[in-house]
Amino acid sequence: MPHDHHDHPHSLLPSDPALRVKALETILTRKGLVDPAAMDAILDTYERKVGPHLGAKVVARAWTDPEFRARLLAGATAAVAEMDISGRQGEHVVAVENTADTHNMVVCTLCSCYPWPLLGIPPAWYKSDAYRARAVREPRKVLAEFGVTLPDSQKVRVWDSTAEVRYLVIPMRPEGTEGLDEAALAALVTRDSMIGTGLAGAPA
Amino acid sequence: MSAPEPSKFDEPWQAQLFALTVALNEAGHFAWPDWAAAFGATLKRRGAERAQDGGADYYAAWLETLEGFLDARGHAPTAEALKAKVAWEAAYLATPHGQPVKIAD
Repeated sequence: MPHDHHDHPHSLLPSDPALRVKALETILTRKGLVDPAAMDAILDTYERKVGPHLGAKVVARAWTDPEFRARLLAGATAAVAEMDISGRQGEHVVAVENTADTHNMVVCTLCSCYPWPLLGIPPAWYKSDAYRARAVREPRKVLAEFGVTLPDSQKVRVWDSTAEVRYLVIPMRPEGTEGLDEAALAALVTRDSMIGTGLAGAPA
Repeated sequence: MSAPEPSKFDEPWQAQLFALTVALNEAGHFAWPDWAAAFGATLKRRGAERAQDGGADYYAAWLETLEGFLDARGHAPTAEALKAKVAWEAAYLATPHGQPVKIAD
């Protein structure tokens, strides 16, 4: 609606949820339970710094550096810390590697637990009841809806995230990428491939 | 200069809500597993009424959970939260357009 000062002599009233959030923020700030500067820093991190590009760097390094890959699979929290990526609440990151035998896929049936430091904020579909219920029950059907069809010989393993344990899928390295460096490889690693609802892309 | 990236949130209040919750956790006011359990319970209850789409209703469930959570812990009792909401509402309606909206401390 075009803005008309005559119709709005006062400030536009925010929505009900927006006012409820402001109310909580006011009370908690007054009581010194949260620091507005800390909130700003958190927003800056999740809006601008953290995202799937970080997970992609981890995957590309695992593809090119066998020793890093071994450390990542042995303990991902420590391995990603080497790359200056750290968990926020001390939760554990577990890397699960796709192979010709096994395809891994991640869900959170409880709520929406997700490796934020590696992938950022989860997409809406990850948080939907449809995905949360069906990923466990009929993973192949869900994968097909994402355009992923796996050979019958490849098992599908579904990992249920919790508040304590977050999973990162290491997708299979696409064929024909032998000559690519880490940065070029990272560009092939999509967000969905690290959730297990996609595959790493082929080089252009 | 490049164009600003689109927000990861559909609405600014969702971003504020997210930051508020994470800030409370980082300041040590609650453990994340306790939050996840409470949030999971809200999603389950709401999901039984209507399938949740993971978008707007996800953050509505998040807000409902945080309000209950902070009420139960005494950090922001419901009556106090309602009073602050009414104060903000009144302030928006009383502040001429274009002026900063504030409420009294």
